[in-house]
Amino acid sequence: MAETAVRNFTINFGPQHPAAHGVLRLVLELDGEIVERVDPHIGLLHRGTEKLIEYKTYMQAVPYFDRLDYVAPMNQEHAFCLAAEKLLGVQLPKRGQLIRVLYSEIGRLLSHILNITTQALDVGALTPPVWGFEEREKLMGFYERASGARMHAAYFRVGGVHQDLPNKLIDDIWDFCDPYLKFVDDLHGLLTENRIFKQRMVDIGVVKLADAWARGFSGVMVRGSGAAWDLRKSQPYECYSELEFDIPVGKHGDSYDRYLIRMEEMCQSIRIMKQCVEKLRSPQGQGPISVVDNKIVPPKRAEMKRSMESLIHHFKLYTEGFHVPAGETYAAVEAPKGEFGVYLVADGSNKPYKCKIRAPGYAHLGAMDFMCRGHLLADVSCIMGTLDIVFGEIDR
Amino acid sequence: MDEALDRLGTTIKTALPASVIGYEVANGELAVNAKAADIVKVATFLRDDPACQFICIIDITAVDWPSRAQRFDVVYHLLSPRLNQRIRVKAVTDEVTPVPSLVEVFRGADWYERETFDLYGVLFSGHPDLRRILTDYGFEGHPLRKDFPLTGFVEVRYDDELKRVVYEKVRLAQEFRNFDFLSPWEGTDYVLPGDEKAK
Repeated sequence: MAETAVRNFTINFGPQHPAAHGVLRLVLELDGEIVERVDPHIGLLHRGTEKLIEYKTYMQAVPYFDRLDYVAPMNQEHAFCLAAEKLLGVQLPKRGQLIRVLYSEIGRLLSHILNITTQALDVGALTPPVWGFEEREKLMGFYERASGARMHAAYFRVGGVHQDLPNKLIDDIWDFCDPYLKFVDDLHGLLTENRIFKQRMVDIGVVKLADAWARGFSGVMVRGSGAAWDLRKSQPYECYSELEFDIPVGKHGDSYDRYLIRMEEMCQSIRIMKQCVEKLRSPQGQGPISVVDNKIVPPKRAEMKRSMESLIHHFKLYTEGFHVPAGETYAAVEAPKGEFGVYLVADGSNKPYKCKIRAPGYAHLGAMDFMCRGHLLADVSCIMGTLDIVFGEIDR
Repeated sequence: MDEALDRLGTTIKTALPASVIGYEVANGELAVNAKAADIVKVATFLRDDPACQFICIIDITAVDWPSRAQRFDVVYHLLSPRLNQRIRVKAVTDEVTPVPSLVEVFRGADWYERETFDLYGVLFSGHPDLRRILTDYGFEGHPLRKDFPLTGFVEVRYDDELKRVVYEKVRLAQEFRNFDFLSPWEGTDYVLPGDEKAK
């Protein structure tokens, strides 16, 4: 048979594709079914968050963070609050820290459920998302009962959290924990030993540890490659140093390892949540939920109705806001997707001079080309799932 | 903690006296000021030196100070998982002087440099593919510069007659209101409106 000239195919993947996890446009160069080159076009969800924050007071900046990784909103607020608190030089009271940790872990569950189940959907399993979203619904209920909003909570404020948790809510979170482990078991039953699932996941998207570091990976992406690196352990913030939990670490650096790590992290998050609930019920967990300095945290509404001093503080904080001393800082939290950092430059006024948001997904998606080369077209959606990308945080 | 950072800063300064201008420790963080032209040398040292091992690139961004002659601080954040330390490296540049790209040192610098170019207009020499990344196709200007207005210059809408998306000059019913919060009791360095009548 005569040789014919073979040419590569270039196709567009997305931006309107259910496996693109949002608005990602991938330009794929294919040789048959083998991926030769990937060029991700991002920015279709760019809203100019960093520019907007430069024109808002510190308190007004908080809700923008909910809209970054909208799957786990409070973890983002946490990074911003930590950065501002570092510049202000304030330390949270115990109860505030516990509530923050509790809700950060709820955010981790929210994100991991979504990632695991939709990745299963991407590789062909329909049941996990249906089961998973029922659990997410309960968690969003906890968000709503604490902050009034299911997603865009604006609950973590600079200097603490907005309101105290009612005792009934703490009890309900406790009641949620143990049955949830049963759900994780059921999910294991559906996926972990599933032959098709393993065929799609094992040895797909392998990353060596040295590559992972050089490409700025963090979170599950480095743990999957074998680094026992978790900011909650290595650079503890809030009261993580007093809590007991383990860091699951992968061996092979492939998608399947990362899936297993996310499953185990959910169990560890439940462990942390139970410890937080216990501490919140104990006498040492009582007390104020935020800094008592009314120059930073506005007084409660009831106080504002009675005292002139409180009225003035309330008015000043909700119009002018507080001033943050000049300086610069970088604060990072272990968000479900990796290291979420905020680089904050303050000039002494009531608005940030510069607020750079370091989203973990941005570095991960930047390695898309590196991870996909030589894989089959069908693996692209699997790799995209394992990167755990959400466009709110990548495009900002 | 601060002593360890101080020692680290001294090590870096003595190892690269020509490339590192100085360092400071503030808020428990180490910031090194480097010469922009030598940034590759500094980054390679920080990555490879056994006393540093900053093998993870966390972030690259810029800060705009329009009043300065060299208006941009290019800010690099690196992480050393071995030392469990972070470092901030800062280099100064302007709109036209390119900064050497770090892509050869850290592969992950690729997209961060593209972003910095896109949003600030900082140029990186030796970058393989310095395209815009976050803004729209065909976007003009660098939105995070301080002289770029918050509302931008153009807005888009779908035109039902032309059956396509059209770009138009931005029209606002009301300007963005940027209130002045400097307290008159703490003393201002300008004349408050109405004050001139008092004389």
